[in-house]
Amino acid sequence: MDTPLIEFRNVTKRFGTKNVLERVNLQIYEGQITTIIGLSGSGKSVMLKHIIGLIQPDEGTIFFRGKPLAEMNKAEIAASFAQISYMFQGNALLDSLTVYDNIALPLRETTNLKKEEIDRRVMARIEQTELTEAIHKYPSELSGGMQKRAALARALITDPQIVLFDEPTTGQDPVRKNAILSMIAQYQRKFNFTAILVSHEIPDVYFISNRILALYDRQIVFQGTPEELENFDHPFMDEVISSLEALQKELTGLFSKRQFGMLNHLQLKRRKVGESYCVVVFSLNELTAIYTKVGHDAAQEALRNMGLYIDKHFGNIGGFSSRHTANEIITMLPYSNIAETESIMDDFVSNFHKQVIPALGMGVCKLAEGESIDLNIVAGIAEGELTTDIDSVIAMAKSKQKEIGRLNCATGE
Amino acid sequence: MAVFENNISESGNITNGEPVSPILRPFSFVGRTVMGWFNSMGAATIFLCLAILSTLGRKQLFKTIQQIYYIGARSITIIMLVSLFTGMVLGLQSYHSLLKFGAAGAVGSLVSLSLIMELGPVLTAIMITARAGSAITAEIGIQRISEQIDALSTMRINPIRYLISPKISAAIISFPLLTAVFDLVGILGGYISAVVLLGLNGGVYLHSIKTYVEMSDITNGFTKSIVFAVIVATVCCYQGYFAHMRKDSHGAQAVGLATTSAVVTSCVLILVSDYVVTSLLA
Repeated sequence: MDTPLIEFRNVTKRFGTKNVLERVNLQIYEGQITTIIGLSGSGKSVMLKHIIGLIQPDEGTIFFRGKPLAEMNKAEIAASFAQISYMFQGNALLDSLTVYDNIALPLRETTNLKKEEIDRRVMARIEQTELTEAIHKYPSELSGGMQKRAALARALITDPQIVLFDEPTTGQDPVRKNAILSMIAQYQRKFNFTAILVSHEIPDVYFISNRILALYDRQIVFQGTPEELENFDHPFMDEVISSLEALQKELTGLFSKRQFGMLNHLQLKRRKVGESYCVVVFSLNELTAIYTKVGHDAAQEALRNMGLYIDKHFGNIGGFSSRHTANEIITMLPYSNIAETESIMDDFVSNFHKQVIPALGMGVCKLAEGESIDLNIVAGIAEGELTTDIDSVIAMAKSKQKEIGRLNCATGE
Repeated sequence: MAVFENNISESGNITNGEPVSPILRPFSFVGRTVMGWFNSMGAATIFLCLAILSTLGRKQLFKTIQQIYYIGARSITIIMLVSLFTGMVLGLQSYHSLLKFGAAGAVGSLVSLSLIMELGPVLTAIMITARAGSAITAEIGIQRISEQIDALSTMRINPIRYLISPKISAAIISFPLLTAVFDLVGILGGYISAVVLLGLNGGVYLHSIKTYVEMSDITNGFTKSIVFAVIVATVCCYQGYFAHMRKDSHGAQAVGLATTSAVVTSCVLILVSDYVVTSLLA
């Protein structure tokens, strides 16, 4: 693998007599979204503050592009940190400055750009983060989500190569959490920066992260992809992941991929050879267009409503669902064959048109405020047996997807 | 920066956690306290030097003017009010006292010299400490505990240059100007009580001022006010800047205690330094 962008080798940090980090080893690679997960108060933010230089390690070495920070001279350290932006957990917007001034501050204070150029760049970021109406407001006059967006705009104004996000979704509702995470993922793709997140919103961050680092008992106990974490056998999984996933299920009606896998395994173990099960894959198409046209909130609101409705409908007949990718929900019907599932789906589609489409319309079209939106919802069914690989059944269901509903918010409506 | 933050965090920790015998405990306490004072004074001096080194620059000028408005211009009303009554009380007291010796004509010089050499700089500094100094500590303290200062560092904006330096510069400019206002309005207050209310001849009042007040008295008064400005601005900014490192409290409570500590320390240091500067100038 390439040289890590940031590497910790045996980093230890103490506050008084309390060890917060103990011989921490980790690698963060360029161009990826890396998420550090762990319980609240486990030292995740302390790790981020080591990266930006706000805290120095008591022992161990931090490497930046393969070079130890401790061996760099002042100019090299300044040049390294100049590539990094930090988005604080509490946003840390300067409360005596307006949104515009907060975003313009790094350019005004650290560059010699002309006023017109600063204005152009700030206005571009304000438009991208949908803050036009809040431009002259003070941070205390903004909602939590708007403050997050203002902090994100300020973090991105200097076109950084690395952005550190400290608990970017703390204190937000499930819809807003996913909206912020999808916003980070979208901007990461757009501006191609390396994102390092600290989060305990575990199921949600799986969808946007390339790598996960798990901090447990003052050490990094796991480094790998979200898929690899699913198979990680460690007390961390029981103590941290399970409790947070249960909370997530309560809020959204959907299981995490790990829970889905476990349930699937348990259910199929009870079946006999030759008995079949069905998988339904639902997709919300044109979700990216909704992000750009209406914003992340509307898209996440639509996904959440769909998740709750699917869980309610199929949960009653023994089905269970999970968010598979950013815009896909899969439902497992362990005791139904294809004919039964098709009949259940007919009922589902009929009710979906009567109940869900109008509800989605109320939420999404209201947020659209006159923008033309065309949201296409498709679903596909596939049958599997005990011997069939679940991934191939999901792939087959996806290949059979057809439209089950369409939401159209026409311009001006 | 980290070096002097470490000095502050470790101040008073000279026993390194080792147990001290009961007989030595009072000595240990005194030693720890005195070392803590010296440590804090050293850190505050480095803090002041860093702020002064960041004073120059076009961007700094705008921020300094803004701070002159907050610290100076917005304090004028309260300074005028206090100085008017201080002058009136001085005029009243000195008129009756001097009348017993047949020296009522010296009221003008007594009032003006008291104000210019002593009361003007001292009371102005104390009033600004109460009005603007406490606000400075609270503002910086809140910025510290809400991570706004850390945010500046992560944006590669030097917080001392951005936040502290303009306030210290503004204080050094504002204090002498406000002292001049205090002196003038105080002398006017003395005139009102001694001449308008008690009937002393106005010409005598003004003539005694002209005769006895010398330029060196005025310069000394301004010198004091500059010394007080440096003390007040440094103490108030320092207390707010390091509010998060207080060992006796955390969060909002730390900001409250830092503000109280800033006002009390400033007032005590104003009076102590007043004696030192007066004896040096004499």
